[in-house]
Amino acid sequence: MLLIHCPYCNETLPEVEFAYASEAHIARPAKPSDVSDEDWAEFLFMRSNVKGPLYERWRHIHGCGRFFNAVRDTVTDKFLTTYKAGDPRPDLSSLTEGLK
Amino acid sequence: MTAPISSFTPGVLAHSDAARVGFAPRCARFSLRARGDLAPLEAALGLSLPTRIGQRVTAGERQLLCLGPDEWVLHAPERDGAAITAACAGVYADHPHSLVDISGREVSFVIDGPRGAELLTLGCARDLDSIAVGEGRRTLFDGATVILWRDGDTSFRLDCWNSFATHLFHLLDTGVRELAAESL
Ligand SMILES: [Zn+2]
Repeated sequence: MLLIHCPYCNETLPEVEFAYASEAHIARPAKPSDVSDEDWAEFLFMRSNVKGPLYERWRHIHGCGRFFNAVRDTVTDKFLTTYKAGDPRPDLSSLTEGLK
Repeated sequence: MTAPISSFTPGVLAHSDAARVGFAPRCARFSLRARGDLAPLEAALGLSLPTRIGQRVTAGERQLLCLGPDEWVLHAPERDGAAITAACAGVYADHPHSLVDISGREVSFVIDGPRGAELLTLGCARDLDSIAVGEGRRTLFDGATVILWRDGDTSFRLDCWNSFATHLFHLLDTGVRELAAESL
């Protein structure tokens, strides 16, 4: 079982308390009616699907209830960090430095 | 088979030398959500709103647990329910918040006995040692969201939704007998 750190509870807890909520830092267009069908489809459906560190959203649904962001390596399943929703995207090189 | 919740009456439901599971008497339960200046709400309720998740406060017969950054659960005697609703309604205009009566939604099991903590590990993936005595947490127990109140080293209250109570009790009941059958 994975252990995930919730930045709101400030505790590292079993993954069963959490729900995955797709890629992070995807901004919804401010005026959807101004967006072309192609761009709207891009926003709705297209994700980076990276092999390696992915910025993604999680929700501590069976705990504090909060959405937060995480950087998880999709190859190893290792969480590099988690941070509160709204916080800036952490620099990847600072997260992977210790792993090399 | 799903039995209606009224089939549980307050008192001991299952017990062995290892652990005991009881059903708590009914009480008034509220879900409170609020942000910003909490002082007016604290004054209205007559208690402080702890801001660390898991922290509890007790004022008289009112018990409050912080579940999230802006969320609390409040237990009180049934006769106190109307007073709580009125007190919060009184500050609503200046300090908008959400106070929802969830008395009918949830019930509580009381778990104790020498191996009460061990009994909970049957359905809870969380390390119970991380919940200090006098604290509480929302977590998952055998697939259902529950709130655990740790009242003592081996004594807990488990709040769950009505509809999950029968299911959860089955596991607890089995566990109570299973732990007693184990030779240590
Ligand atoms: Zn949390």
